[in-house]
This record gives sequence, structure tokens and C-alpha cells, in this order.
Amino acid sequence: MAVNGGSEHFDVIVVGAGPAGSAAALIAARAGLSVALIERGEYPGAKNVSGAVFYGSAILNKLIPGWWEQAPVERHVCRRDLVLMSPTTSVSLDFRSSAAGYSEPPYNGFTILRPKFDRWFAAQAEAAGAFLLTSAVVDDVIKEDGQVVGVQVRRDMGELRGDVVIACDGANSWLARKAGLQRELHTHELSLGVKEVIGLDEATIRERFQLTGDEGVALEYVGAVTDSVHGGAFLYTNRDSLSLGILGQLSSLVEHKKRPYDLLEAFKAHPAVAPLVRGGTLREYSAHLIPEAGWNMVPTLYGDGILVAGDAAGFCLATGIYIEGINYAIQSGLAAGTAAVEACRRQDFTRYSLMKYMELLYQRNVLTDLRAYRHAPAFVNGERLQNVYPELAARISESLFRVAGDRKQKLLPLYWQTLQQVGTKPRHVLKDLYHVARAYLW
Amino acid sequence: MVMTTHDEKMRTVRFRVDDTAHISVDGEKCKSCAVRACVTVCPAGLFVPLDDGSVLFNYEQCFECGACYFVCTQEGAIRWTYPRGGFGVTFRES
Repeated sequence: MAVNGGSEHFDVIVVGAGPAGSAAALIAARAGLSVALIERGEYPGAKNVSGAVFYGSAILNKLIPGWWEQAPVERHVCRRDLVLMSPTTSVSLDFRSSAAGYSEPPYNGFTILRPKFDRWFAAQAEAAGAFLLTSAVVDDVIKEDGQVVGVQVRRDMGELRGDVVIACDGANSWLARKAGLQRELHTHELSLGVKEVIGLDEATIRERFQLTGDEGVALEYVGAVTDSVHGGAFLYTNRDSLSLGILGQLSSLVEHKKRPYDLLEAFKAHPAVAPLVRGGTLREYSAHLIPEAGWNMVPTLYGDGILVAGDAAGFCLATGIYIEGINYAIQSGLAAGTAAVEACRRQDFTRYSLMKYMELLYQRNVLTDLRAYRHAPAFVNGERLQNVYPELAARISESLFRVAGDRKQKLLPLYWQTLQQVGTKPRHVLKDLYHVARAYLW
Repeated sequence: MVMTTHDEKMRTVRFRVDDTAHISVDGEKCKSCAVRACVTVCPAGLFVPLDDGSVLFNYEQCFECGACYFVCTQEGAIRWTYPRGGFGVTFRES
């Protein structure tokens, strides 16, 4: 298909072949529309980085039944740890389940490597009839009388025209900003993730993490693991490698003058982590931005001839308990694709027609979840959750489990005394309890 | 080896380097900047402060993450675009 000369017209143009873009392209192509899926990387996934655990298995199963049998997945996640860290101590909640939904199809989540997974997923969109154009950068939208009618592809490619443009161009979405749908983002709304894939043989991974067969584990850390920087860390098991990294809120990295890769090294050296990574070999280092402010950074999601989905729309749920994005990317891509299909059926591409996207986003629980947990990101990235409570949990545990022949303290005085040691007042704790309740309970 | 230097990390990443820079830094504008946030946050360590107060930037090993763009406080100091299609960083495992 010739795209030179700028005369090509598509029903739908999807910018970015990540999970959101490929989902949108897949569903629009299946409905019989002509779809262009444009990717700036050499192949889909070449520019993409996630932890990654993909928790949307059941969602994808409705689209591609038994998808995990043909897709490049690593391990199904049946064990999750939330770990609070002080410099010397870790306290964790260890969840492990062989219940249905975790260790049986369709499974709850899989560890994946994005360059492999994204490439496979984009190929599914291609197989459904979408036209995948790689190595192509989209610089801007083309507007006529306020209506988006296509995209400007850099250099010799020229213009590409379409009835609906779906911007799935990631956390740093130039398209959403150029189209006037997103404002400039603030540094407290973005986290920088730096990551390593560390090779380790399968037998060692199974033994070290107490796994059988294709079982996998997702470990997530908060506290001193990022020094005083607001953020966290993760460690996921792949088939024959580990994915591990740290996240740091941009504003907080700047404030504390911490280099992300130094924090990454400190994480690997922590006494709770070092034994897990021992003997491994670095395969690849990577970095990416993550939109972490949730509901508060969601742009205008639709305009005349344009929709925004995935990370470009800030669809990421970073609440401590949930650290999810790929599932929302796919859900929002499907919602955008469906809205585009309906707009094509009506031959009405105005914002009033594309507004249907909002309804679909609620139906698919994207905006529902983001709205419900809208107070969580501020709490998770707050000073006390980041730096005080992990230290408190570590110190209380240290006192509780130490046997030195001294009189055993009961819990309330121990808690009271430790609270004073970490320099927090009871009224702060009460205030935080209210914030926790507001963010998580109702 | 698990513990690695920044150089060792960068050697594991594949780049297809374009002949023109996709990001340019106006070092003169950096002279009045006291924060130098770009130097801190760049995961590839591509911003180097110079003795004369300006900042030197090398685009060749850029992850295209955008962190420098968002943290920069000097109006117009960083001109930021993505590299030409197919160029720049190419992740294989991440």
C-alpha cells in the first residue's frame, strides 16, 4: 500500500502500536474498517518498557480466546508480595494462591517482556486487517475547520488522512498536547522507571522463589528502597530472567538530587533483595516515564475527529495495592476502537458523536476505577507513606521479634514509643487513617 | 554480574544513531539555571555540567523518555522531539 504523496485515506488512524493502539486497531479492523496502525519504532514494542505484569488476561481472553497459548508470555503470577523496607529490614505481606483464577486459565496475570508482547499483539491487529506502518513518527495532527482529519508523518511519508485519529502515543503524548486535549504535565504527576532484565537460569528461579513449572511472582517494594525519594521498586520473575527496577517521582528525584540508576544499584544491594538477584547477568537496561496521577491528569479524551487512549490518557492505576496500566490500555483501546466503529457507521466524526467513548470507558471500568481511587496517588506518593510508615513497620517488627531476656512490651506502648522514635505524632496518624479510608475504603 | 556501573548498563542497550540530533540543548540558557534537574534525572546520564556553567548534551544514547523535557525549568533550553522513525533506542527485552 502506497502512503507516499499524502493521498491515502483510512477510516481510522491509530498512532502508537502499544497495547492501547493494537487493541483499538484490532477491534476496528475486525469491524471491517480500513485501519492504519502507526509505530515510530523499528517494530512494535521497540520503544516500550513496563515492569511488567499484565493483569488483563481475562480481558484479552474475550478478544483472543486462549491468547496465552500463542503469545510470548513469561510466567503466570500466582504469588504477590508487598514489602515495606527500612535500610536494614523488610516486612512483607506474602500472598500466594493456587485457587481458580490464579493458577488456572484464564489466569490472573502474566509477566511479559514488552518488545515481545507488543510485537505479537500488533501482529494480531495486522492479521485482522489493520495496516501496520513501522519506523514512522507522527509529528502533529492535521486540522481542517477545527476537525482532526489526519496526521502529519515526518519527512517523506507526508500526510495520512483518516476519519478518526486515536492517539495511543504513550506517557509523553505529543499528539494529545498538539491537539489541545492535554496540558503540559507536572513533575509530580510523572514517575521515572529504570529497569534491568537480569538473566538467571530457570531452575534457580524456581528454587529461589519457590515456584513450580510456569508459576511466577510479583514483588513490590516501598520505603527506604528509594532512599528519601517518593517511589517504589519491583521485582518480577520471567521464564529465565528477572525484571527489576525502581520508580521515582520526577519532582522528588530532583528535590533529593538522586540519580535513578544509583537508586537501582542500592535496591539490588539491599539485604532483602541481594540474595534474590545473586548470580544473575545483566541483559538489558531501560527507562520510561509512567503517568501516575490517575484521575487528576486525565486529559480531554475526545475531540472532533480524535480520541486519546492508554498512557497518553493517563490510564494508569498506581495506588500501592494496584499497580496496573496495560489492562487499562487495552480496555481504553477497545473502547476507542468501538467508538470509532460507531462513528463510522453514523458517518459523524464530530466530538458529539465520539463522546460515546466516555460511556464505553465507564462500561469497561477504566474511568470507574480511576475515579474510585482518585485520592490514592497523592497518599501513595505522600511523605509519611513513603518514608515514615515503612520505617515504623520495620522498627515495630524488630522490637516485636527480638528476644533478649527483657520484659516484653505490650503492643500499644511499643507502637507509641516507636512512633516517637520515627518522629510522627498520633494526630498525623489519625489524619492519615482518614486519608487511607477516603482513598481505599469507600 | 548483578551489580553494574552505569557504563556497563548502557552497553546492554541497542541504539540506531541518527546523524542529526532529535534533542538539542541551548547551553547558554543553562548558565542561569541553578537546579540542573536534567543532570539528575536523565536515566542515560547524557547531561554533563561544564565548568563555564553550561550543560553539554549527547543525544546518541537517549531513551526518549522525556524526563529532561518535563523537569527543565529554563524556558526554551531544551528542544525536544522524537528521533526519525526506526532510529534511536530499540529495546529487545524490556
